[in-house]
Amino acid sequence: MLKRIFPLPHHSILIFAVWLMLNNSLSPGHILLGIVLGILIPYLSAPLRIPQPSIAKPLKLFPYVLMVLKDIIVANIQVALLVLGPTKNIKPGFIAVPLDIKDDLPLTVLASTVTMTPGTVSAEVSQENEYLYVHVLHLPEDEQEIISYIKTHYEAKIKEIFGC
Amino acid sequence: MVFEIIISVLLIIGGLFILIGSLGLLRLPDFYTRLHAPTKATTLGLGSVLLASMVFTYKIEGYISVNELLITLFLVITAPVVAHILAKVGFHHQVKMTANTRNQELVKVARVRGKPQNKIEE
Repeated sequence: MLKRIFPLPHHSILIFAVWLMLNNSLSPGHILLGIVLGILIPYLSAPLRIPQPSIAKPLKLFPYVLMVLKDIIVANIQVALLVLGPTKNIKPGFIAVPLDIKDDLPLTVLASTVTMTPGTVSAEVSQENEYLYVHVLHLPEDEQEIISYIKTHYEAKIKEIFGC
Repeated sequence: MVFEIIISVLLIIGGLFILIGSLGLLRLPDFYTRLHAPTKATTLGLGSVLLASMVFTYKIEGYISVNELLITLFLVITAPVVAHILAKVGFHHQVKMTANTRNQELVKVARVRGKPQNKIEE
């Protein structure tokens, strides 16, 4: 019965919270509207959903987010220095990162993280999610360095969070 | 007074990084390298401006504004998607790369979403 009303309980809570944050208020009217939306939207959209692995260890998310935030700041400064310096010193390149993650949602998180962090933009995924193609703004002589950085820093932790 | 200094410093840092992001668009040599400037330099720039806005509403207007947190959240979700799609479009349009780009042959396999081991003959 409860499952019928709340097919996606996490989404209901998220919609409710985002609604209150969007309106920047805690007035009874908005709380009521938030509850209605939180029930109605998941109810209508649940049948469209493609099952994804759920987050197995939510507590591991916080150190991950903090690490990515730190990397974003470092990335910004590195890219800023590269942009301001002589541009002919920039040696861009492509790399193919072999993937252990096969599911779509964790892979999306990984690809987004790669784009947000130092000098890398994820560009394409091979069929059956076997390789992630990444454009690197400044590719060091040993490209294995960056590949293993992505694998140990991000992929391993995402695998742990999603438990896959 | 202290808050005003904090707000000003945050705004200057934010403006600086957004300026550098735009400069990157102008100065970097090709399409793919130009993708890096707006996805990175602007996240920190916009982050500082939003932080300044939060401090401002807290101090001057007297309430805690959370809209800025949502803007950050949506930015972090959408910016990588845009960069990813743009890079994909670049592959398919066979956009020119600067001559010193390494592993250019990977673009050919990436375009058909193949594995790097399978060589593609043009």
